[in-house]
Amino acid sequence: MEQTVEFATADGLLGSVWLLVAIPLVSAAVLLLLGKRADRWGHWLGVAAIGAAFVLGLTYFFQLRGLENKQVQTSLWQFITVGDLKVDFGLLFDPLAAVFVLLITGVGFLIHLYAVEYMAHDEGRRRFFGYFNLFVAAMLLLVLGNNYVMLYFGWEGVGLASYLLISFWYGRPSAATAGKKAFLMNRVGDAGLAIGIFVLFAQLGTTQYDEVFNGVGSMTSTTVLVLGLLLLLGAAGKSGQFPLQAWLPDAMEGPTPVSALIHAATMVTAGVYLIARSNPIFSANETLQLVVVSVGALTLLLGCIIGAAKDDIKRVLAWSTVSQIGYMFLGVGLGGGAYALAIIHLLAHGFFKANMFLGAGSVMHGMKDQVDIRRFGGLSKYMKITWLTFMMGWLAIIGIPPLSGYFSKEPIIASAFEREGWTAWLFGGAALLGAGLTAFYMTRLFVLTFHGPKRWTEDIEHPHESPKLMTIPLILLAAGSVVAGGLMTLNDGVVSWLTPVLGEEAGGEAHGVLSHTVITILSILITVLGAGLAWFLFRTGTATEPQPAGVVVTAARRNLYTDAFNEAVFEKPGIFLTRALVFLDNRGVDGLVNGLAAAVGGGSGRLRRLQTGFVRSYATSILTGALLVVAAFLAVQAGWLA
Amino acid sequence: MSELKLPSIDYAALAPILIMLGAALLGVLVEAFVPRRLRNAVQLGLALVAVLAAVTMVILKSESRVITAGGALAVDGPTLFLQGTVLVLAAMALLLVGERTVERGGAFVAHAAVTAESPEDRRQAEGVGGATEVYPLMTFAIGGMLIFVAANDLLTMFISLEVFSLPLYLLCALARRRRLLSQEAAMKYFLLGAYASAFFLFGVALIYGFTSGIPGRGAGVDFATVHAAVGESSSSQVLLFAGMALLAIGLLFKAAAAPFHVWTPDVYQGAPTPVTGFMAACTKVAAFGALLRVFHVAFAGASWDFTPVIGVLAVLTMLVGAVLAVTQTDIKRLLAYSSIANAGYLLVGVLAPSKEGLSGTMFYLAAYGFSVLAAFAVVTLVRDADGEATHLSRWAGLGRRSPFFAAIFTFILLAFAGIPLTSGFTSKFAVFGPALEANQAWLVIAGVLTSMVLAFPYLRVVVMMWLSEPGEATPTVTVPGALTSAALVIGVLATLVLGVVPGPLLDLTTGAAEFVR
Repeated sequence: MEQTVEFATADGLLGSVWLLVAIPLVSAAVLLLLGKRADRWGHWLGVAAIGAAFVLGLTYFFQLRGLENKQVQTSLWQFITVGDLKVDFGLLFDPLAAVFVLLITGVGFLIHLYAVEYMAHDEGRRRFFGYFNLFVAAMLLLVLGNNYVMLYFGWEGVGLASYLLISFWYGRPSAATAGKKAFLMNRVGDAGLAIGIFVLFAQLGTTQYDEVFNGVGSMTSTTVLVLGLLLLLGAAGKSGQFPLQAWLPDAMEGPTPVSALIHAATMVTAGVYLIARSNPIFSANETLQLVVVSVGALTLLLGCIIGAAKDDIKRVLAWSTVSQIGYMFLGVGLGGGAYALAIIHLLAHGFFKANMFLGAGSVMHGMKDQVDIRRFGGLSKYMKITWLTFMMGWLAIIGIPPLSGYFSKEPIIASAFEREGWTAWLFGGAALLGAGLTAFYMTRLFVLTFHGPKRWTEDIEHPHESPKLMTIPLILLAAGSVVAGGLMTLNDGVVSWLTPVLGEEAGGEAHGVLSHTVITILSILITVLGAGLAWFLFRTGTATEPQPAGVVVTAARRNLYTDAFNEAVFEKPGIFLTRALVFLDNRGVDGLVNGLAAAVGGGSGRLRRLQTGFVRSYATSILTGALLVVAAFLAVQAGWLA
Repeated sequence: MSELKLPSIDYAALAPILIMLGAALLGVLVEAFVPRRLRNAVQLGLALVAVLAAVTMVILKSESRVITAGGALAVDGPTLFLQGTVLVLAAMALLLVGERTVERGGAFVAHAAVTAESPEDRRQAEGVGGATEVYPLMTFAIGGMLIFVAANDLLTMFISLEVFSLPLYLLCALARRRRLLSQEAAMKYFLLGAYASAFFLFGVALIYGFTSGIPGRGAGVDFATVHAAVGESSSSQVLLFAGMALLAIGLLFKAAAAPFHVWTPDVYQGAPTPVTGFMAACTKVAAFGALLRVFHVAFAGASWDFTPVIGVLAVLTMLVGAVLAVTQTDIKRLLAYSSIANAGYLLVGVLAPSKEGLSGTMFYLAAYGFSVLAAFAVVTLVRDADGEATHLSRWAGLGRRSPFFAAIFTFILLAFAGIPLTSGFTSKFAVFGPALEANQAWLVIAGVLTSMVLAFPYLRVVVMMWLSEPGEATPTVTVPGALTSAALVIGVLATLVLGVVPGPLLDLTTGAAEFVR
């Protein structure tokens, strides 16, 4: 923290970085406001807007490469001035923001393209692209803001857009429920973030990144801990981490491109972005880092175990997302050089997970929207392109060299082993075990879908491959799944690119409890073992009906009882509070007084008379309140309260 | 007998008040002398011209900082800003009141004395032009509010409280449809309002008793005397604190803060919707204006000892408003509970005893007023053959029937929910920031948490409008006339502009945030 953070002013071409947010926003406005008039060409406008943003993002990226100080900011206007607090509507373009911009617009463009065909038969396609563009604009604002309030703007924006998109198929009750769940759990996280921002303001009087990071040293370690935990709560809500993970798999009720873009590649990684962006805060407190690492490790195992017991193709992928983001949290929690590793894994994951989600969409497209992997099988012969591209995603996620997952995940496992003492074994072991489990459930998914005997429902005779507009994005994303990891780690490219934001790796070769070579061999071994086991078990297919299962599998099918936990912790108290207040508001005071009156007077006639007028009961509650207020004021006067 | 001295009066500074009261009197004459068919146009024109003239005077005299009329009225920054806010919001409300194309004859009953539900009543429901007495009543109420926010002694404050309350009680009873509900609302409002006024008046008496107990000083209830007495008092403070509590209760009743909020849902639901909008916007401004002045000027010396108590009430208000909004099934009741919760957020601003707190609270009042009037304007448009369709189930699928108005309403609800880039976010920021600086973190945390809860009922309405199929029962939205359109445009634009570039208005409130003593 000794070195101070200093942002240069964006000038020249980079001064127009706001265009990145403005273009999709304008396009969204056009699509949503023009209504039916834009039905014929609206989706192409949506695609074009993201394409333009991508080209622009690339231009800015190359511009930034040529600069000395790679962190440039620009203030568009002064947004709020309240007392000493000044919040600018300002943007920051730095290496971290740049890679996110490229991921969001690049992968986003491909998914938009895919959605043109996927949503072709949906009458709400124009509206869908409107929300989709709105999402991209909000997500770009989230990563481009130069202060926490801007981040919060984007944060709320993506939440809103994702809520609308999950509930897009409003005809399905499950979609509406899922939307509600996503909204509620996100609110818990958002409250954490909002309060965290207020803590920043109260402690440092600013929310600008540079001023905050330079001021971390002036806060007490308890304050940093509280602040970090609040930010972590926000991050966990958005990224589906324990204990707020339950909404993410349910969010799969939305259209598949939504799952691919929002719930796999971009929005759910906002939590990782938040922690990476706030790295000076998180690095300043070891307890805080330990909490982040624990959340990451716990969630990555949780996701793997539950994912292995699910039969819905999109839900398996969703739990796998939860688990992979667990790896990223593990990375950002480890701190130091692992920040960059987490970001690399995030980027690589963006490719292979989007690839597999779109692949799943392609399978569903050919199988009349069937999502149950027990009713697939043998599809490799019918959907060659989907099969091959999905295979690339599968090999990438389980970390077979030289595909991208190997280059991005294995270093995180290695750095987990570099912790000190027993925690190295604990977290390194968890990460290693997770790799084996990932190999198991992803192989199960792959084999059951594309190989083995056909277990289709009767109404399907000859599944067809998807049209070109869907397969081209698949092929491009598959190519990304194959090479991205290797390219990003070549000569430490991304690591050194991110150094200005995330700091230098803490000098020299770190010495873990195991040598790097041993870890590499171990992780490849355990991956092959997991994959081999799954292939052996499922090569002949599986029963199409649910089978009786032991304790572990039953628990996993029930999401390891985390839903029950949520219900007990969040839902029940909320419902109770509402009921109690409704009761108090309508009847409580009345009942209290009636009870008193009945006790005093003893006559039922009086009781009845008391119940007739509502005004009287209102007046009683005002009187009760008044008595309490006067009593409280007098208590203040007497010095009992103060 | 000593010679009676006339106080000097700064007529120019009082011009907005005089204009509104004069217009009200003129309005009564119009009722008597202008032919019936012309009355509506003349009355509406008169009221609007008066409001415009008053706003002009506020702007022209925006530099005045005087205490005038023998210390009874203070014309200073907050007074002028709040008067301007009341006037602009009242102009919007007048536009809604004057609308006659949405419903034949307007939202008001023609003859309030006709027995509700009788055959005559059914006849007059069929498009006889509504009572034009509503305009003088409105102008009287506006005039009263202008005095209320300027009142510099407790008696003037009490009288102006009655001046603006009495017309409001009457206005509540004048709905064209569902007259029984409307009359019930008016009755409840009147009884409880009178009850609350009694608390206020008793508080004034106690304060008078307190000041008279100090030797060597004259007794009085003007703020200068009270302030001085609070500052140096050696006598018993029991009277002071009991009096303050009772005064606060009277004002918190008008502001719809818990536990004095009980009337709000019933009255908001029963009153004619334009009047509900007027109450939600302007009464709130007036009540909080008075609260600010009482706390900042008269009792400033009591060193904010009462902050924890009012703070508890603020949290209770937010909680009641937010949680109960979740279970509402009627859009007007939902907005009523939302208005209660907003009173809680405003109290957070009141409890920040700084220039920024004052400025933030005033900003909040203006921003909220615009949004809430726009919301009620939309409510007047969603209707079927029986008048407004306020049950939430009737709003299902509105987004498909009338996407434009559903979009406008969605935007306003998002503003209420405090989503960034709407005035709802900036105004919450403007009150929570100063509260934090004043070490009231617990209030801010409660505020953030309850606004998260409150977002849920809003979003439920949004989802209902957009993501359900319109049913048989889904009403269409009536195309608004020019007047409602104008009110809507003003409200929505203000909500947007104050969300994106709040700077100019914040500068204005900051410049105005200083009381004269």
